[in-house]
Amino acid sequence: MADNNVVLMQGNEACVEGALIAGMKFYAGYPITPSTEIAEISASKLPKIGGKFIQMEDEIASISAVIGASLAGNKAMTATSGPGFSLKQEGIGYAIIAEVPCVIVNVQRGGPSTGLPTSPAQGDIMQARWGTHGEHSIIALCPSTVKEVLDVTIRAFNLSEKYRTPVIILMDEVVGHMREKVELPNPSKIEIYNRKKPTSSPDDYMPYKVKDGDIVPEMPSIGEGYRYHVTGLVHDEYGFPTNDSSIAEKLITRLVEKIESNLDDIVEYEEYRLADADEAIIAYGSTARSAKSAINLLREKGRKIGLFRPITIWPSPKQQIEILAKKVKRISVIEMNLGQYYLEIDRIAGKYTNVTKYGSVNGELISPDEIISFIEED
Amino acid sequence: MVSKLIDKYYRTDRLPHIWCTGCGNGIVLRSIVKAIDNLGLNKDDICVVSGIGCSSRASGYLDFNTVHTTHGRALAFATGIKFSNPNLHVIVITGDGDCAAIGGNHLIHAARRNIDITTVVFNNNIYGMTGGQYSPATPTGDKGTTAPYGNIDYNFDLCELAKAAGATYVSRSTIYAANMIIKQVEEGIKNKGFSFIETLTICPTYYGRKNSKGNAVDMVTHLKDSAVNISAYEKLSEEEKANRIPIGELYKRNRPEYTEKYESMMKLF
Repeated sequence: MADNNVVLMQGNEACVEGALIAGMKFYAGYPITPSTEIAEISASKLPKIGGKFIQMEDEIASISAVIGASLAGNKAMTATSGPGFSLKQEGIGYAIIAEVPCVIVNVQRGGPSTGLPTSPAQGDIMQARWGTHGEHSIIALCPSTVKEVLDVTIRAFNLSEKYRTPVIILMDEVVGHMREKVELPNPSKIEIYNRKKPTSSPDDYMPYKVKDGDIVPEMPSIGEGYRYHVTGLVHDEYGFPTNDSSIAEKLITRLVEKIESNLDDIVEYEEYRLADADEAIIAYGSTARSAKSAINLLREKGRKIGLFRPITIWPSPKQQIEILAKKVKRISVIEMNLGQYYLEIDRIAGKYTNVTKYGSVNGELISPDEIISFIEED
Repeated sequence: MVSKLIDKYYRTDRLPHIWCTGCGNGIVLRSIVKAIDNLGLNKDDICVVSGIGCSSRASGYLDFNTVHTTHGRALAFATGIKFSNPNLHVIVITGDGDCAAIGGNHLIHAARRNIDITTVVFNNNIYGMTGGQYSPATPTGDKGTTAPYGNIDYNFDLCELAKAAGATYVSRSTIYAANMIIKQVEEGIKNKGFSFIETLTICPTYYGRKNSKGNAVDMVTHLKDSAVNISAYEKLSEEEKANRIPIGELYKRNRPEYTEKYESMMKLF
């Protein structure tokens, strides 16, 4: 039986599979390379399961429709790449302040602007963190295999529902287009998290009040009898706009803290051959695959080197990186940009160990040979 | 006497509203609510979606499901809401800047899809919230803070735009003809498709002052004098039409609605 569930699948395809397992019922998107397959497959599958697919007029419309759909009670996703990700920042900010669960996939390509549309890059690491304006926290996940795309997509929906926040999936062109063997999970065995609905009567319902013991306010769907107000303005616990400075301080702090104080739940990572390592590489996404090969070859040459691979890119695995930094004499951050995640790693690890970086922006996947040369020369 | 409509449909604890003395937005808002009352709709089944600007603040005062979105995007949010739950009556409240400038793309595509959303534009010919900049509805030659020497842009005919884009119900009225707004909103909600209702309102504070249009009463009187019912308007000579604005039901057609077409497609499986 198990063999029947093993398929050859593309990363973008696995993303849709994961989304459907997680309960996606709404997709709005706009065509853009290299993420278009996610829209195409969603268009094919959603009508068959009672779900909704719509191709909107632009990227901003897509994220806006996704937020509307989520408010109306549907788990919703959109996918894009660099230029579209820039446009989606407006909606991401709205989803953060109005606490609307949704999933945004960014299959990264070379930038800035139209850049290298068909080539991989990891240049949107900081945009994922700080792309929308204003003080905020964000959850961004970064898979490096096709199977992991599926798992991470399910997790993205679960986290978005649990924390009532947009969750970003940062793929890259290689992960999105690569085909690999995937053993499809039995959906009945997968833990699915659904937003908590109000238990009180509409008269007693306070749409933006967090009940004791809860992480976020309860969320009804539009049309269920709880007639509340949703706004992108700073709002009180009743959901209405206010300029009250103490309410503003409390709201924005709560929105940041609901993520930053739950790192144990949100942060996911992989450690590879780190047990006896005295030096480490930090890499994520497709770059981590080359890093693993490089580590295996370097180990054959006698170096005690291992990989720390954040799967949750944001919030960063601060505690784990700090522990690692105290143990190894050097951490090398390898990424398809000129040192974006390096900034975060150096901030955390720089006071404990030597942090170096290697990056490229030529649209080519970083090869194990390049990594080996860097580690051996530097 | 306080209108019964206020107690029934407004969030009275949110009042007074933020609009200036003499602003026409309250008349449009009251007309929308009266239309809803006339139709006897259940408040839980109504979702009012608005963008950003003076008119878009209206959503917060209404005791329905209300979503105050980002600038220009009300129709895109509303599309997600309506498509997710076609049983809802979705009403979009927007302004001339919100709907015709930053949201222009969403307007033409919502109309093109003929999705069952009733859009009510509060056209006050200016960006009021930001202090009086010229909008796509500011008549050529008129002044705004960003058109100190007169606006050299041509202004949109929003109804022609909505009609060309595919709306199935298009109408215009003024705050002087408030009963006409009520009737048009009723028809718009009843129309199974994209309805576009332009209401000409006034902004004495910015548009009026910048353009020496007098006080609120003068501005409403001007609306009364320049608006002509479409049937009479069509009989006017080109010369007579020049300074007149046609009001009434401007366009109606039958065309399958978006969410119903999708539902039919789902039945294939």
